Amino acid sequence: MTVASANPDRLTVLDRPNSYIGKVVPRPNLERLMQGRGLYVSDMELPRMAHVVFLRSPHAHAKIIGIDAVEARRMPNVIAVVTGRELATVITPWVGVLSHLKGLKSAPQHAIAIDRVCWQGEAVAAVVATSRAVAEDAAESVRVEYQELDAVTDMRAALDPETPVIHPSLGDNLAFERNLDAGAVDAAFAESDEVAEADFIFGRHTGVTLEPRAVVADWNIAEQRLTVYQGTQAPHMVQNIAALHLGLADSQVRVVCKDVGGSFGIKVHIYADEMATYALSKLLRRPVKFVADRVESFNTDIHARDHRCKGRIGVKRDGTITAFEIDDLTGIGPYSMYPRTSAIEANQVVNLVGGPYRTKNYRARARVVFQNKNLMCQYRAVGHPIACSVTEGLVDLVASKIGMDPVEIRRRNLIADDAYPCASPSGLRFEQLSHHAAMSKLMTMMGYDALRAEQTALRKKNIHHGIGIASFIEVTNPSAAFYGVGGARISSQDGVAVRLDATGSVICQTSITEQGQGSESLTAQIVGSVLGVSMERVRVILGDTDNTPYGGGTWASRGAGIGGEAALQAAKILRKNVLDIAATILQSSPAELDIVNNAVVTASDGSPRIELRELARIVYFRPDTLPPGIQAELMATRHFVPREYPFAFTNGVQASWIEVDTDTGFVKLLKHWVVEDCGTIINPQLVDEQIRGGVVQGLGAALFEKCIYDERGQLTNANMADYLVPMSGEMPDIDVGHVVSPTTESELGAKGAGEAGTAGAAAAVANAVNDALKPFGAIITEIPLTPQVILTALGRI
Amino acid sequence: MKASAFSYARATSVANALELLVAYGDKAKVLSGGQSLMPAMNLRLISPELIVDIGEITELRGIAVRGDILSIGALTRHVDLLRSPEIAAHAPLLTEAAAHVAHPAIRNRGTLGGSLAHADPASELPASVVALNATIVVSGQTGERRIAAGEFFTGIYETALSAQELLIAVEVPVAQKNSAHFFHEFARRHGDYAIAGLAAQAIVQAGLFTELRAAFFAVGDRPILAKAATKLINIRITPAVLAEASATLGEELDPQEDQQASAAMRRHLAKILLARCASALLGPPAAGGPV
Ligand SMILES: Cc1cc2nc3c(=O)[nH]c(=O)nc-3n(C[C@H](O)[C@H](O)[C@H](O)COP(=O)(O)OP(=O)(O)OC[C@H]3O[C@@H](n4cnc5c(N)ncnc54)[C@H](O)[C@@H]3O)c2cc1C
Repeated sequence: MTVASANPDRLTVLDRPNSYIGKVVPRPNLERLMQGRGLYVSDMELPRMAHVVFLRSPHAHAKIIGIDAVEARRMPNVIAVVTGRELATVITPWVGVLSHLKGLKSAPQHAIAIDRVCWQGEAVAAVVATSRAVAEDAAESVRVEYQELDAVTDMRAALDPETPVIHPSLGDNLAFERNLDAGAVDAAFAESDEVAEADFIFGRHTGVTLEPRAVVADWNIAEQRLTVYQGTQAPHMVQNIAALHLGLADSQVRVVCKDVGGSFGIKVHIYADEMATYALSKLLRRPVKFVADRVESFNTDIHARDHRCKGRIGVKRDGTITAFEIDDLTGIGPYSMYPRTSAIEANQVVNLVGGPYRTKNYRARARVVFQNKNLMCQYRAVGHPIACSVTEGLVDLVASKIGMDPVEIRRRNLIADDAYPCASPSGLRFEQLSHHAAMSKLMTMMGYDALRAEQTALRKKNIHHGIGIASFIEVTNPSAAFYGVGGARISSQDGVAVRLDATGSVICQTSITEQGQGSESLTAQIVGSVLGVSMERVRVILGDTDNTPYGGGTWASRGAGIGGEAALQAAKILRKNVLDIAATILQSSPAELDIVNNAVVTASDGSPRIELRELARIVYFRPDTLPPGIQAELMATRHFVPREYPFAFTNGVQASWIEVDTDTGFVKLLKHWVVEDCGTIINPQLVDEQIRGGVVQGLGAALFEKCIYDERGQLTNANMADYLVPMSGEMPDIDVGHVVSPTTESELGAKGAGEAGTAGAAAAVANAVNDALKPFGAIITEIPLTPQVILTALGRI
Repeated sequence: MKASAFSYARATSVANALELLVAYGDKAKVLSGGQSLMPAMNLRLISPELIVDIGEITELRGIAVRGDILSIGALTRHVDLLRSPEIAAHAPLLTEAAAHVAHPAIRNRGTLGGSLAHADPASELPASVVALNATIVVSGQTGERRIAAGEFFTGIYETALSAQELLIAVEVPVAQKNSAHFFHEFARRHGDYAIAGLAAQAIVQAGLFTELRAAFFAVGDRPILAKAATKLINIRITPAVLAEASATLGEELDPQEDQQASAAMRRHLAKILLARCASALLGPPAAGGPV
């Protein structure tokens, strides 16, 4: 672990004269996007393209008795009205299970419901017309007769014997259960001086992307090929699954992913309406476009975090944490999402609770149940905010019982920075974390002692500020352990091909994707640095299964760590190949040469020898001038997957400084700090903005965001007026600091940074609110912390 | 989210607009700033056959002071309320209220006439015109009517305006000497509709309210001019006086419950607003600490 920005022993290929690593450089795609020249799926128009609108169930659970589309089919410019039964002739159903999540079960899900709808918003028919407006008009005239069925909505009642079973063939509403018992939990609690427990409640929320989900599917019957234009995080996964269920070979499907207006994990899944769109194109033999509108987005984009978690912690009087115990319950909707499943979040909660701390005594149970609500699945920082809020909430509760400062109790229990490698009670292996260095840095950044003094002074004036601290760990750079081992055809490796073209520029194809994180930028930075070529000369191509190497894409904070390493390795090979040819041309040896600033130079003194442009000219147009037998190879491809550790864990700590108006229950976010350790930092600005963006989503969860369902399973706030996303007016300044512990799994040393902000932000705010409310004896373990919740806890209403 | 097909007419004058409204009856809708109408149409909550765009009618524009009356045209945009020196001088309550309406993009389009005609009970401007004791001028085929703001709002999205009438202007008595105002609302985020709000116009003399019009919003089906305010007139405000006024306020309000707040919470917040209004305009209560 080092606090310096680079470790010279390890970063030789990157630590070069014109290195872009560790520098803020503008993204290559900035100008294009800022000038409105991005190409989003929503922008695409193809000849003969039709638009589909899905007629969606108004009921949470109902039998479909009949669908009458006679009038709609007769309307001008309506191309087709297609029911689930009709579409099932082109596309097969799926079941969202993976074998490594033992016991996980789910029922077959169809692209369009056939006999029965299981959540409000499930599609019952597709209306295809020449424009979206015409299709919406026609959809209004389709008559669907439903017979309402009892809806299972409260996850707490889902397993009661008197509750109807949503899928009778499964026997009950339990999708998945995991139990873990490590160390000696009962003995540890028995020996504890204090025990604290609480019920933590998390609001179901969703990741609101600026651009909704969008697909254009184009079945070309002459080529027998389907081209799918889609804003997705995982093009090869989409290719495989579309092919599988349409009865095609993977090679018959091309997935093209241009610009994407935000993803946050929402766009890494396979949605029924997207599958239906592929199938409709095949059925109708023309391009079909689906763009979800905002109401559909709320009703069908995956939700997340609907958890109720009982937690318990034991402590010795000296602050030593003796044990953690949790019992987590989550409701995932009527199906497990395909293909990543809806058991991962609960599984992560079990994995991560207590993760930053030394105690080996940990017991956990997680149960995942079906209900008649929209599906839940992986959204930014899967499981982390739950685990972190429970862990950090419990730590604060028990600290308060023994009268210990929240920072002090953490210092006494966080795994020591020199204790690595080590493993958590749930079996997570940590290569190198830096909890204590991060905490020390945080204390300096926030001026902890001064803030405490300020808090005390303000209390005398009846002003109630609070400080909340949350240490966290984050799963990044997943290997095949995440999905592959469970049988999913979701690649955990990524590939990069780099070539020097005939004018000395570089074209780089990568299998990671760009949805705003800066994948394009970091790839160009790495390739430019390793090759000695300026970034403007590096063109990065992403998001096309025909034109990039095979790989996983961008999710689970893996783009930089995995795709970045592949880029580094490919560029290294190309560099070697270039130097070999240069040595031949210059009658020198490769070891005496280097590439700097787009030219081959003498390594020792940097004197220019030959421009890359000139070298390329010779290779491509005058190979006859090279010695006999020389075959130049100015293209190199490398793939990378972590082999040593299943996940590259990162760590960090967040702090929140807030004010509670105890008359009104309103919380004002005054300031937020994050110190995180993602290993090598390729572009500090990109990392900081990932952290800030992540924090904002966590703050949304803490104070604002919640999908509010009524007892009949109706989502009652499916619009941007009633579903409150965090907005800039309420956001505090967010200071970001770093500790750098590169992973030795790769030469690059980068771990992920995409989810750290979201992992701990809500926990920090909740702890801060409870800190502020301490004089009132109120403790709240529910988010979002709405004024109603706070006033109720204060007994004001 | 596409509106169903509709016809569009750009009215050239008030008379022309009224002709169209009479001809189409309930099937026509006036389009002003469009910030409430267009979202409702796109969500297909309403599907008018004809849109009568009044945006080009110059008679509906302008802010002018005539004697004791500040006259504000129906097409005055929220951003104009915010920036107008006449309004800042003669009805500063409106300046302050406009700052709480939505966000800049919406304030650049939304109009005073549209906001009052729309009559969302959580809106800032309806309560403000009630507090200001304004008169709302409407025009129909039979001529003009002047309606006291306090009688204009009749329920959720309901007003004294008929489908064949146009709201043309608002007349506000100009602020007198010693007048003071208070505006505050509790909203989850900047720019959101309030959970509870108060627009108040007062006359303060020698540390006492001699007049206090306290119009609450988002705590009923229309702006509520609180009778409880009379308990604060011509009396030195002590915690006891305030408590009595609060209790009266609690009794006269019958707030709705929604996702943001229970009825009890709205009542509670209204009481806090009344106390904060008194304390902001007169200083903290005579005896005892802050409320
Ligand atoms: C995101 C968002 C946030 C918002 N937040 C707030 C807020 O916090 N507070 C708030 O008060 N408002 C808010 N609004 C609404 C905004 O203030 C609107 O401008 C206002 O409600 C309506 O004004 P308009 O000129 O846009 O009217 P329009 O939308 O054009 O019309 C509204 C209604 O009034 C009728 N109408 C309009 N003008 C006349 C007239 N002269 N005579 C007769 N009938 C007429 C129309 O037929 C229609 O029924 C928000 C809007 C949006 C989109």
